[in-house]
Amino acid sequence: MTALLSLSGLTKAYPGVIANDDVSFDIEPGEIHALLGENGAGKSTLVKMIYGLVRPDSGTMMLHGEAFAPPEPRAARASGVAMVFQHFSLFDALTVAENIALGMENSPDTADLTEQIIEVSGKYGLTIDPYRMVGDLSAGERQRVEIVRCLLQNPKMLIMDEPTSVLTPQEVEVLFKTLRQLSDEGTSILYISHKLDEIKVLCEHATILRRGKVVGTCIPKDETAKSMAEMMVGSKLRTPKKHYTRHGAALLGLHNLWLKSKDPFGTSLKEITFNLHEGEVLGVGGVAGNGQDELMLAISGEELTPAHAIQFKGEDIGQLGPNPRRMRGLLTAPEERLGHAAAPDMSLSENAFLTGAIRQNLTHNGMIKTAATRAFAREIIEQFDVRTPGTENDARSLSGGNLQKFVIGREILQKPDVFVVNQPTWGVDAAAAADIRHAILELAKNGAAVLVISQDLDELMEISDNIAILSEGTLSAPRPAKGITVEQIGLMMGGTEVEHV
Amino acid sequence: MDFSALSPVALIVSLMVAATPILLAAIGELVVEKSGVLNLGVEGMMIIGAICGFIVAVETGSPWLGFLAAMAGGAAISFIFAILTQYMLTNQVATGLALTLFGLGFAALLGHSYAGIKPPKFGKLDIPFISDIPVIGELVFSHDYMIYISLAIIAGVWYFLTRTRGGLVLRAAGENHDAAHALGYKVIRIRIMAILFGGAMAGLGGAYLSLVRVPQWTEGMTAGAGWIALALVVFASWKPWRIILGAYLFGGITVLQLNLQAAGANIPVAYLSMTPYLVTIIVLVIMSADKKRASLNAPACLGRIFHASN
Repeated sequence: MTALLSLSGLTKAYPGVIANDDVSFDIEPGEIHALLGENGAGKSTLVKMIYGLVRPDSGTMMLHGEAFAPPEPRAARASGVAMVFQHFSLFDALTVAENIALGMENSPDTADLTEQIIEVSGKYGLTIDPYRMVGDLSAGERQRVEIVRCLLQNPKMLIMDEPTSVLTPQEVEVLFKTLRQLSDEGTSILYISHKLDEIKVLCEHATILRRGKVVGTCIPKDETAKSMAEMMVGSKLRTPKKHYTRHGAALLGLHNLWLKSKDPFGTSLKEITFNLHEGEVLGVGGVAGNGQDELMLAISGEELTPAHAIQFKGEDIGQLGPNPRRMRGLLTAPEERLGHAAAPDMSLSENAFLTGAIRQNLTHNGMIKTAATRAFAREIIEQFDVRTPGTENDARSLSGGNLQKFVIGREILQKPDVFVVNQPTWGVDAAAAADIRHAILELAKNGAAVLVISQDLDELMEISDNIAILSEGTLSAPRPAKGITVEQIGLMMGGTEVEHV
Repeated sequence: MDFSALSPVALIVSLMVAATPILLAAIGELVVEKSGVLNLGVEGMMIIGAICGFIVAVETGSPWLGFLAAMAGGAAISFIFAILTQYMLTNQVATGLALTLFGLGFAALLGHSYAGIKPPKFGKLDIPFISDIPVIGELVFSHDYMIYISLAIIAGVWYFLTRTRGGLVLRAAGENHDAAHALGYKVIRIRIMAILFGGAMAGLGGAYLSLVRVPQWTEGMTAGAGWIALALVVFASWKPWRIILGAYLFGGITVLQLNLQAAGANIPVAYLSMTPYLVTIIVLVIMSADKKRASLNAPACLGRIFHASN
């Protein structure tokens, strides 16, 4: 059998870095092929070359045994290559049908298109309403829109970049069923994911990239998640160890908090109540867009609430802004690294100053203490193994994982009593994620209370003492993490609304 | 005071004339903003259109050629903005303001020797008998041609934006330029075309001022019309039909205050002439009070610089 897509010797260099170095592998018709690698290993560059967004410096691609060099995505789509993006490819203010029309070469008129959408979505069990505005859809539904958009063009080859990072376990199951059905019909799938357990279940072959080079291939079924992770990293992983400890007094309490979202596509918080104790790690799970951002804003002080709705060590702080809260020992690290947690075009030492000024005492009569600020930034860089040339580099220049380590380290070094973090390891590779989790557990061990908001259930189960689920703006009662299963959490997440096909 | 001089029919006819320049400029800016670009240079493009149209109309004797030249002039100056913001990635707000200042100065230079001249007369619709029907004939069938053309442009823009693939792609570029780029659309090319269209429309609106409404060339004759047009786009919440509503409302207030002045109303002139601008501010405040609705309609990438990363 000839390969559907065959890559040989693909090389692409950017100034200062070789993104892909002599990458070669084949994908058979109907095969589900995993592409593994840490952040910055060159996975995205590789799929962008296949999809025609980037042209290789050298090397060739063959599709169906013929030379394949798409100059632009249009050409790739015309040859039967479709791609489901990790993010940025839907338009919130347009309808489902309009979004799908934009991704097609020759879209039929609205009535025909609507009919086709309904037909295809029925065939693969991906129910969507063509007239709804995409901004109103859940993450899972958005992904269905993307997949239907690809399927309408009868692709021979489907590229999926991190498709499950925002799905509930039940939604993941529906997705896998669809992918297997496609694979049975002869469509090849190139699957990129950090979630090695899923790759074990779904994929037949895997190619592993490290620093732009193919460093190995494997059959995921015969490997463990740990062995695959070690192949990606090239060294042994340290697994953070959870110490279950007795918890002390309540440090942070939310009492019947209602908060209306300011974002037209956001979710308002309803009746949030919980207590967070000394030494406790509380994990808040749930699919993105169920009120996580709003909860974060309310706790950090960016959104004010009735004074008594949020209490810190017995004091009402609902009406205090972020800085008074920082002063008292409540520190936060928001999800969006560039632009929310850090100012992209400011240097690392300036960014360190922005949240650390008060607790680290970095000002004197309104002047910045430059030396002390740099020393603080250097301390973060050293203790959290942030890979950067120095403290005066722009935040923007760091890779996602490194910047995340910096942002988390900046807060942890300020010795918070309560630390709230949203998506601590989102888009961060295995080694960096392990470091960050380790740091969070250390903090709790020393008596701080930590609230971790995350969509990665495995992560929550690994580091939390208690788990609560945020669903449509309401928070379930926290349950001990010990002994809980992923299925149970999935059901708490409102997995009941997933259609069974 | 003599209010009997204010005939409602004449009032409506003159409000349409007063509204047309800002209506044209606003529909152009609406398309620009829908593509995700904020061009604050409307005032400058209008006045360039006003003088280009005036010069060509006077020299050739044909107002039609004047209007064409105004569109070309407006588009040409907007092209400077397009190059600066789309290729050199300059800040759109600062570049737009600079464009206005440049336009005002350059137009004054061009128009130096044209002050006080009368332009050739621009034709009106005149259908035998029908245009002579009392009231209706006057209200519907005897305006100058540009009023009908401006309404046709609104309808055309509405049709393009909501019914055609080109319009969908343009809205997509304004909504999420990274996604549009990832799907393989040429964001920069789309935006440059939109900017050129916006320039042409602003130029046309300016020429309507100098060739029909006033009709004469004076320095700085746009007198803030470009800024009103910008406000009008927000007022219309980026919907073409509402531009007509907003423009005619503004035109109505302008004409009313002029007529009140002429009728010798017992209010100081300064207050009367500031009413259209005051009303604009009040309406904008009311419109943006509901943040949720305003942000739903506004193109999400408005004013953001697009840099095609790999």
